Amino acid sequence: MSIDLSQFQQVFFEESFEGLEIMETSLLGLDPNDVDDEEINTIFRAAHSIKGGSGTFGFSAVADFTHVMETLLNEMRDGRRAVTAESVDILLQSVDVLRDMLAAADEEREVDVARVAAQKQVLENVLNPDGEDESTAGEDKVENNAPPESDEKPIGWHIIFRPLPQILKTGNDPMRILRELMELGEIHIEVDDSDLPDLSNFDPELCYLAWDITLMTEKNRAEVDEIFAWVEDDCELIVHEILADKSAVDQQTPVLKVVAPVEDRRVKKDRRDKEPKKASGSSSIRVDITKIDELINMVGELVITQSMLSLLGETFEMEKLEQLNDGLSQLERHTRNLQESVMQIRMLPISFTFNRFPRLVHDLSAKLGKKIDLQVHGETTEVDKTVIEKIGDPLVHLVRNSLDHGIEMPADRLASGKSEVGVISLNAFHQGGNIVLEIRDDGKGLDRAVLVKKALEKGLIDGSQELTDRQVYELIFHPGFSTAEKVSDVSGRGVGMDVVRKNINELGGSITIESELGQGTAIIIRLPLTLAILDGQTVQVADETYIVPLGSIVESIQVKEQQVSRVVGRGETFKLRDEYLPIVRLHDVFGIKNSKAKTLQEGLLVIVEGESHRCGLFVDDLLGQQQVVIKSLEENYQRVNGISGATILGDGSVALILDIPSMMRLADKCDLENRVSA
Amino acid sequence: MQSAEQNIEGLNLNDAALGESEDSGQYLTFALGGEDYAIDILRVMEIKGWGLVRPLPNTPEYVKGVMDLRGQVVAVVDLRARFFMERIDYTPTTVTVILSVESQGSSSVIGVVVDSVSDVLEVAQKKIQSAPNLGLHINVCYMSGMVIHNGKMIVLLDIDKFLNPEEMGVGINMQGDTV
Repeated sequence: MSIDLSQFQQVFFEESFEGLEIMETSLLGLDPNDVDDEEINTIFRAAHSIKGGSGTFGFSAVADFTHVMETLLNEMRDGRRAVTAESVDILLQSVDVLRDMLAAADEEREVDVARVAAQKQVLENVLNPDGEDESTAGEDKVENNAPPESDEKPIGWHIIFRPLPQILKTGNDPMRILRELMELGEIHIEVDDSDLPDLSNFDPELCYLAWDITLMTEKNRAEVDEIFAWVEDDCELIVHEILADKSAVDQQTPVLKVVAPVEDRRVKKDRRDKEPKKASGSSSIRVDITKIDELINMVGELVITQSMLSLLGETFEMEKLEQLNDGLSQLERHTRNLQESVMQIRMLPISFTFNRFPRLVHDLSAKLGKKIDLQVHGETTEVDKTVIEKIGDPLVHLVRNSLDHGIEMPADRLASGKSEVGVISLNAFHQGGNIVLEIRDDGKGLDRAVLVKKALEKGLIDGSQELTDRQVYELIFHPGFSTAEKVSDVSGRGVGMDVVRKNINELGGSITIESELGQGTAIIIRLPLTLAILDGQTVQVADETYIVPLGSIVESIQVKEQQVSRVVGRGETFKLRDEYLPIVRLHDVFGIKNSKAKTLQEGLLVIVEGESHRCGLFVDDLLGQQQVVIKSLEENYQRVNGISGATILGDGSVALILDIPSMMRLADKCDLENRVSA
Repeated sequence: MQSAEQNIEGLNLNDAALGESEDSGQYLTFALGGEDYAIDILRVMEIKGWGLVRPLPNTPEYVKGVMDLRGQVVAVVDLRARFFMERIDYTPTTVTVILSVESQGSSSVIGVVVDSVSDVLEVAQKKIQSAPNLGLHINVCYMSGMVIHNGKMIVLLDIDKFLNPEEMGVGINMQGDTV
């Protein structure tokens, strides 16, 4: 087969992973008491395309494994086998194994052969519960014999190739296959013509022959399989290896077909001692065709406007000024629409992330013995692709927390007058310029007293101050803070919440907790709509323009001298209502000379918040608010402390976007240096 | 301290440029304080007049700031300052040469400010001499060689060595946080 299939391999993997997700979702939706045929069909189709694809690309282990799943599904589809909760669970586990195998193939790393074999055994046991026929027996043999076999390299293959009569109609020519086999090595072919009918009954379009082939070759199993890849479904094929002492020839078990390829591949890989390939660098995105059409329309409009304007420019007179203005505003409108549509391409529905939760909840609730009803709302809400990638793990963590700590055991729930079944709801919606993700449970809620006690033990608070509820809940985000009485493997190691918050902050979002004891907890995550565009406040210091992300600004004020107090004559703080905040002079931190505002009264204080610290950022003036497109500094230069990126202003100059948390750290250091040098 | 270290490296003369099989190459020559320098022309993306540059806080003095190059934010380096030469006011002939710099397999774009650009020079490979040892005060590892043209010496610069982002970072991380 000379076609280079590798170029399609990535597509195959992407489609297979999608197929697995479909299988998983459908399996979870499968109700043993009320089986929906269409649902089973969907699962079957997904399994079938994975099998077909993996056969074509030479992942025969994957194909064989899927084949067993497919057999089971086929029996369910035909109604020959009842759908039970048990078999659904086994299929779900098989989906996991399959995903692992595909991921291993994608990353070119080792697959857990034992796990695959074990799962396959489980599947086959379901298929043949009595273990009476050869496949179970063979499987045992495989488990026992597989490792020694892999040590001994086969010197050839014994193949029984029995095409179905209609093979010729599918466009396959057995002769071609035999010829290809001949190229692999020394070959001995015997034809079996016992099925050949009388001439009167002979249909020239059918194939009545079968072949018994002995191929002496060094080539491995995968290469032999590849030749048969196209006819797999149209023939009976039995392949087993010939070992030097010919012992294996007697094993008349087609099951060998199953494990041998896995062994072969592993041995080969081991020898090469190959490092696992890193996850492919460039990621692709699937875009809804309507979005593309919309873009094309928009560009069309833009071209029309442009030609209208250029025509106007050629023959411009003062009377046409109004026309020009109209044209320009049209241009502006189209540009803005175009920008929005381009941004839309990066947007994916949050269901990409939400889809994994039914499975997670299904598994975890079974493990913990809790009854959970997971409700998902707003899964079509679109968010930026980067958000999808980064929000997954934090969300998993939060949902696990809700399940583990939030929802009580069924008995406790009944005792406290709640329904036995706990409800966890995942909501996604737009609010203002933000995407809001909510994880709500109707569990026991956060216990303020426990949190405070724990924080006192750990020395996070000193007990003298009166904390608001919000401040108490904030304690959860402290590194090393866990209230779970005992550490379970589900959650409670206390390594989570601070990381969750860090990830969300990295996305420019915030996380808050609402809770009522005995009623439940809600965790609310707010994220910016897109990461490529930011709402910013432009501020001026001397001749420089900086952008402060609007999200980190609390308020802007002009301070009066009596609000300001100094510590040892230098460290400036000011009193905002009942809080003392440090003053950070931006021109000091960034070493800008000749700022216009010399005294605090001449400039403005922008109260900014970063990583839960606040400070007053002293600038000369506020210029205005605008949306800015974020450009990376690292792309051509490198990270600069206190700066998260840059943007290009209307006049063509570059403006730097402040990174508030990093700038505050920088200010601390500046202060330290000043003190040392003073 | 840091320059002493580099000088030790510089003693191992870099004659990689001599080994190149190309018979001749074109170089863009430019003036810097009365001296002539040259850069491989294939690395030159464009030449712009000195324009709007936004200073970057807490960066070495030779980093003039960043400018907009059709949507890309590009750092601009003053070559005089980079070579610790006397500073002069920018004149109408002061230009920014936009270069593509390669380091560790990735390329980035950077602008350098020079007094003026002069000419494009065809230099035969065999005419290029290796940079002589100029003593401890001059770091020759940034030079890929030198050539005599019309009786004047022109220094060929190895831009990948002294304009890559790592090199430019020297001095920055000493002040800021290390994140």
